[in-house]
Amino acid sequence: MTLLEPADVPIAGIPAYIVALIILTLALCFFAFVMYRRIDLLRRGMPDPRFSDIGERIKLALVYGFGQYRQPRYLGAGVLHILLFAGFMILSLRSLTLIGLGFSPDFHLPLLTGSAAFAYEVLKDYVVLMVLAVCIICIVRRAVFTPARYDHPGGKGHGSEAYVILGLVSALMITDMVFDGSALKQNGAQGHALFFPAASIGALFMPEKGSQALNYLHIGGYWAHILVFFGLLNFLPISKHFHVITAIPNVFFSNLNKGAIKPVECGVDDWMELPECGVGHFERFTWKHILDFYSCADCGRCSDNCPATTVGRTLSPKMISIKARDFAYEHYPIFGAEKDRSKIQFTGDVVTGDEIWACTTCGACEAECPILIEYIDKIVDMRRYLIDQGDVPQSLQKPMQQIKKKGNAYGGSKAKRAAWTKDLEGVEVRELKKGEAADLLFFVDSCGSFDPRIQEISKSFARILTASGSDFGILGADETDSGNEIRRLGEEGLFEQVCQKNIAAFLERDFKEIVTFDPHAFNTIRNDYPEKFPIVHASQLMARLVRNGRLSFTGDYVQGKVVTYHDPCYLGRHNGIYEDPRFVLGRIPGIRLREMERSRSRSFCCSGGGLLLWYENEQERERMGEVRVKMASEVGAEIVVTACPFCLINLEDAIKTTGNEGKMEVVDLVELVDRSLGTHARE
Amino acid sequence: MDIIVCVKWVPDTSEADLAIAGGAKDIKKDDLDHDINDWDRFAVEEAVQIKEKVGGKVTVVSVAPEDAEEMLRESLARGADEAFHLWDDAFEGSDGYAVATILAKFIKDRPFDLILTGTLADDDCSGQVGGMLAAMLGVPNAVLVSSIEFLDRKVKFKKELEGGLYEAVEMDLPAQLSVATGLNEPRFVSIRAVRKVASAEIPVIDCGELGLDESQVGPQGSKIQVEEVAMPPEGEGAEIIGGGAEEAAGRLAEILKEKGGIG
Ligand code: SF4
Ligand code: SF4
Repeated sequence: MTLLEPADVPIAGIPAYIVALIILTLALCFFAFVMYRRIDLLRRGMPDPRFSDIGERIKLALVYGFGQYRQPRYLGAGVLHILLFAGFMILSLRSLTLIGLGFSPDFHLPLLTGSAAFAYEVLKDYVVLMVLAVCIICIVRRAVFTPARYDHPGGKGHGSEAYVILGLVSALMITDMVFDGSALKQNGAQGHALFFPAASIGALFMPEKGSQALNYLHIGGYWAHILVFFGLLNFLPISKHFHVITAIPNVFFSNLNKGAIKPVECGVDDWMELPECGVGHFERFTWKHILDFYSCADCGRCSDNCPATTVGRTLSPKMISIKARDFAYEHYPIFGAEKDRSKIQFTGDVVTGDEIWACTTCGACEAECPILIEYIDKIVDMRRYLIDQGDVPQSLQKPMQQIKKKGNAYGGSKAKRAAWTKDLEGVEVRELKKGEAADLLFFVDSCGSFDPRIQEISKSFARILTASGSDFGILGADETDSGNEIRRLGEEGLFEQVCQKNIAAFLERDFKEIVTFDPHAFNTIRNDYPEKFPIVHASQLMARLVRNGRLSFTGDYVQGKVVTYHDPCYLGRHNGIYEDPRFVLGRIPGIRLREMERSRSRSFCCSGGGLLLWYENEQERERMGEVRVKMASEVGAEIVVTACPFCLINLEDAIKTTGNEGKMEVVDLVELVDRSLGTHARE
Repeated sequence: MDIIVCVKWVPDTSEADLAIAGGAKDIKKDDLDHDINDWDRFAVEEAVQIKEKVGGKVTVVSVAPEDAEEMLRESLARGADEAFHLWDDAFEGSDGYAVATILAKFIKDRPFDLILTGTLADDDCSGQVGGMLAAMLGVPNAVLVSSIEFLDRKVKFKKELEGGLYEAVEMDLPAQLSVATGLNEPRFVSIRAVRKVASAEIPVIDCGELGLDESQVGPQGSKIQVEEVAMPPEGEGAEIIGGGAEEAAGRLAEILKEKGGIG
């Protein structure tokens, strides 16, 4: 007796191909309907132009989607995920073949015949075993060694869904092993174990060759596999595992404008005339942002790296995605009428003001997310709404008012913007009047002009520019706050005002390049300003001057001390400048540079700059700067070098509050260079 | 509830280098930025919050030079329904009494249930206008008011006393209340909010239109004459505490004990 194939055996008197057709049709119709409902909600989201630069997008999809590039940032989980993903890709052909076998016992995919088919069968058999093993490891890991990042602070999660999915995938593998194992038992020759390990293992558990039971298992295994397969397919879009379907499109459509904030509403001429500004209601999110919510896999890597989460603020970025997806699934259900949304305000009720204001816009979450989910733009959009409602923490109102009135948050008068230049010895800082020219326009920004501590960096930088023989000037009273934080706090109207003032001042002067030591100003001028100007950060300029031989250093100040470099968020993550500061540091004789565990794109935010210096958070257990100082002391740093004035202030405070005064000091890269200048006599 | 809020336009002296103006009767104000008196910002906010709760109309009024339109517009953006700008060159140099006279004249023929002002102004800290205005209009007055509530034709509120005590007061309407700061959390007024009221008209009313005689306003209508404004003499006894954190904290505690700051 030979083994009967599924297509040959009627089920309850109905020919198998009819049964297969019914299952296929029902499953696909259901799937199509669910997808239609999900896509329908995307269509109701706000416009978001994500179809430009197709070449770049394909590259992203290949690198981050198919290439899983970010997965190994968490090595263990990353490798497991890569194996699982590869398994899915390889086994997809197998699944199609199995569906076809319901219609004809001889079904095969085009090209998959002869030795190609044999090779694939062998590969598939190994992959089945691998996927099963990965699933078991994942289940044990979840259940026994649950990583902390799977927590759901301030909400409920969907951890149990993971078991459902892992269970279903395991069932797929096992039913495949039953199906193939029974066939092997019936027809198999010796030596097949090497080629077909999964089927061979399956065969071990099979009854007698030629028995009726073996036939039942063969046919039963097949149909069970088909049912599990379609069950899994239809479970994806209603669970957190929607990412299996949406992740690659999500990566393809991800944000290409690094460092910039999205406009209030794309394609609108005058956003001020809009009835609602920013995101208050759910449908005010852009379609891509809703796709992000669908795509979040709850892996928690974003929150694991979020400084706000770390210090105990109520914000956990992943919870924004989870709460938003829950809101979407609940209020826009697959079946039945939409739920009344009039009593609940998304921004405020679902995601609270405390969460929204707690974000420093450091970008750690976005740098970590394996599928490039965005948070900063969403948070800024929600802030725009709160700002429009007047709902702004008191601690931020005053500095914003000051910028509106005086162009800086410090409340200093415009006329005194260049006052810091007065007590510089032997260095002349030119205030460029309208129509005047210089090679470099040194943009000092409010902090460098008014904060007494940061004025020291301004002076150092003026000395460096002079020592290197650079022709430079400043805007003086015509300079206005760069507006980086104003934009990120959601006060778009005020941002437009300050940026237009600066643009006008730039246009009235003649220069080759803008240079600034403040990464926040650097970022907004480079990425947000509608008019583009050539701009470099001080670290880039200094690296260039060193390369050109116009700056040289002595080791007198460093004296062989252990130095660590803290990557500022707006220099590193938002603008990709990691090497120039390290290059400059490396040129200082005798420096002993040690990296902190969290450096470069994993750098830990010191709690944010600009207006955020004024922000008071009531929930945090400790300050971000303190956490960072501890990280620096772990590598034995005696000098912490940063390249951002706000990092300097936050870290300097933290050194005091953690009792590290005298043991550790923090300096700006500009100050360190000034103090190490070969030609420059220190007082 | 018809509420009239009187607001003042004051110079921001916080980060400025102050100088005495010619004649030693005032400080030099030309290059100072001006803004709404902080206490009055709370008054406007309170009025708008009351309106949002119980309905009615909020009118904001100020005796202030031209530039002050900005403050009135911001009050409209905050939620006030109308604003009036009382100004005439003759008003220059008015003291609290003359300002109260001008305001009383403006308010007299208007319907109102409540007049709100800040208790003090950030610049001269005289705290006169509220009380005198109440007297001129013949309505009761209270200062340092917070927690305002309404009961029929009565208003209930708390009044700050010395030593952190509060007095609960009930008063008949109409009434005039001078509010304390911190009685609410003023909302943020964005550029867009101001732009929404950009075309709202803010009538400017001069001395004649108010029906006042020039002798009733300005220095002539004032009861107070400033003799001299002077910078405080450079202080003595400032001590810069040096040393490490512990040492410094020790010294600070010592000083506080010595001077009776702590028991
Ligand atoms: S930008 Fe930084 S602070 Fe904000 S949610 Fe992301 S990781 Fe947290
Ligand atoms: S947003 Fe990204 S990193 Fe965060 S939980 Fe979701 S998938 Fe993971």
